[in-house]
Amino acid sequence: MAHFVRRKRLNRVALTLAFAAMLFGMFWLAWILWETLRLGFESLSLSFITENMPPPNEPLGAGGLANAIWGSLTMVALATFIGAPVGILSGIYLAEYDPRGWLAVTVRFVNDLLLSAPSIIIGLFVYAVMVVRMRQFSGWAGAVALALIVIPVVIRTTENMLALIPAGLREAAYALGTPKWKVILRITLAAARAGVLTGVLLAVARISGETAPLLFTALNNQFWSTGLSGPTANLPVTILQFAMSPYENWQHLAWGGVFLITLIVLGLNVLARTLSRKFSS
Amino acid sequence: MTLPSDSFSTEEALPAEEAFSAKLSIQDLNFYYGKFQALNHINLDIPANCVTAFIGPSGCGKSTLLRTFNRMFELYPEQRAVGRILLDGEDLLASRQDVALIRARIGMVFQKPTPFPMSIFDNIAFGVKLFESLSRIDMEERVEWALKKAALWDEVKDKLPQSGASLSGGQQQRLCIARCIAIRPEILLLDEPCSALDPISTARIEELIAELKADYTVIIVTHNMQQAARVSDYTAYMYLGDLVEFGETGQMFFKPSRRETEDYITGRFG
Repeated sequence: MAHFVRRKRLNRVALTLAFAAMLFGMFWLAWILWETLRLGFESLSLSFITENMPPPNEPLGAGGLANAIWGSLTMVALATFIGAPVGILSGIYLAEYDPRGWLAVTVRFVNDLLLSAPSIIIGLFVYAVMVVRMRQFSGWAGAVALALIVIPVVIRTTENMLALIPAGLREAAYALGTPKWKVILRITLAAARAGVLTGVLLAVARISGETAPLLFTALNNQFWSTGLSGPTANLPVTILQFAMSPYENWQHLAWGGVFLITLIVLGLNVLARTLSRKFSS
Repeated sequence: MTLPSDSFSTEEALPAEEAFSAKLSIQDLNFYYGKFQALNHINLDIPANCVTAFIGPSGCGKSTLLRTFNRMFELYPEQRAVGRILLDGEDLLASRQDVALIRARIGMVFQKPTPFPMSIFDNIAFGVKLFESLSRIDMEERVEWALKKAALWDEVKDKLPQSGASLSGGQQQRLCIARCIAIRPEILLLDEPCSALDPISTARIEELIAELKADYTVIIVTHNMQQAARVSDYTAYMYLGDLVEFGETGQMFFKPSRRETEDYITGRFG
C-alpha cells in the first residue's frame, strides 16, 4: 500500500511540474499576443491598408503601409512559387527514389544545414551573388532569399509525410501494375497531401515574418513599387525601421504592421491545422 | 489458356501428381534477401481454378514465395529470385516480361486493407484505367461487376463517391479484392487476407474465395490452419524455406505423409 501512495504522490508532483511549465510558456505567448493586439489594433484603419507610408512627423492616422503589404505579398508569393515545387520534388526524390543512396544522404545532410542556417547568412549570400552583381537592391533578390528559406522546410516536411505512408499502400498500387510516377502522384502524394500542404503553409508563415534575409536584398522603399526590379517595400523591414525611428507616427504604424503579421501567421497556422485534421479524418 | 473447371474435379479419390493442369509451375526456385537464402529449390505446380493454401510457421517463406509470382520483390533491390516460374508455360522471371502486364494477370490482396486515397468508384476504376480506356458507361458497368463479384455492391452502391477509407475493415478488404478483380486477372494472390479482420468479415471473405475459384486460380497464404482446411483444395506446407509437403487439402489434414506436417497441423509444433 505504501508503494501505491508513493506512486500517486509522484504522479501528482510530475503533473504539477508539467502544468507549471505549460503555464509559463502560455503566459509569455498570451502577453505577446495581448501587447500586439493592444498596441497594433488602434493604428488599424482603412488608410492603414490603402495609403502609402507617410513622411515622419505627420499626424497619427495619416498614411498607411499599403506599399509594404503589397511588396511583402508579392515577394512571399513569388518565393513560395519558386520554393514549394523545388522542395516538394526534392522531398519526393528523397522519400521515393533511392532513399538510402549516397546522393539522398548528402542532400539530407545539406538540407539540415540549410534548415538551421541563420537567415541573415542567406540574406548575405543572396546579397553577394545577386545584389552586388546586379548593382541594385531588388524585390527579385528578396524573393530568392525567401525561397531559399522555403525550400529546406518543404523538403523536410514532404519527405517526412511521404515516409509516413504505409509500405502496404505503395505495394498495393504497384501490385496492380501501376507505373512508378503514377504511384507517387496518385497514391502516395495524394495520401500525404494534407501533410505536404501543411508544410508549405508553415513555410509561408515562417517567411512572412523574416526580416534578416530582406535587409540586404529587397531593402525597403518609401513608395509603391510597380515591379520587383528595385528596392521593394515590405512589412518586416518597415517594422524594423519605423520601430527604431524617433517619430511617433512611424512607431505607431510599426505596431500596426506587427499586428498584421501576427494575424497572418496565426491565420496560416490555423488553416494548416484545419487542413491536416480534415484530410486525416 | 485455362481448362474448363469441370475437367478437374475435387471428387476424384486420389489425384496423381499430374492429374491437374498447372496454371503456375514453379521450377527450382531459390530466393535471397541479400545473402540470406529464404527459399530453397522450390518445385511446385499450382492447379488452375482451385484454391491453393500455403501454410507454415512464421518465417517459413510462404509470403516470400507468393511475392515472387507477381515480382513484388523487385521493389527492393537487395531481394533476388533465381529459377523459373511458368505461367501457362511462359517464364515470369525472364527479364523480357513486362512487369505491369504480369501484375495485370496476377492480382494481389494484402494483409492489411489498402484503400487508395480516392472515392470507392475511383478505387476500382484506377486499376482498370491503367490497361483499358473505357467509356463512362462501360466503366460504370465494370465497377458494378467487380463490386458484385466481391460481394460488396449492395453495401456501397449508394455511396460510390465517398472515400474508400470510410468503409469498415472487412468492406475495405472486399474493396481491395474488387479492385483486383476489376482488371480481370487470371490468378489472385491473397497474402493473409483475413488476419486484420473480425470473424464475421473473415467468414464473408472465405465465402467469397470459394465463389471466386470458378473463374480464378486462387493462392492464399494463411496462418490459420482451420482457414486453410475450410477454403483450400490444395495445401502446401513450408518450413524454413523448404516446401515440405504439397497435396490435396483433405489428405494433408487427415493423413499427411510427412511427420513434420502432421506435427504442425496438430499443433505439436509451430
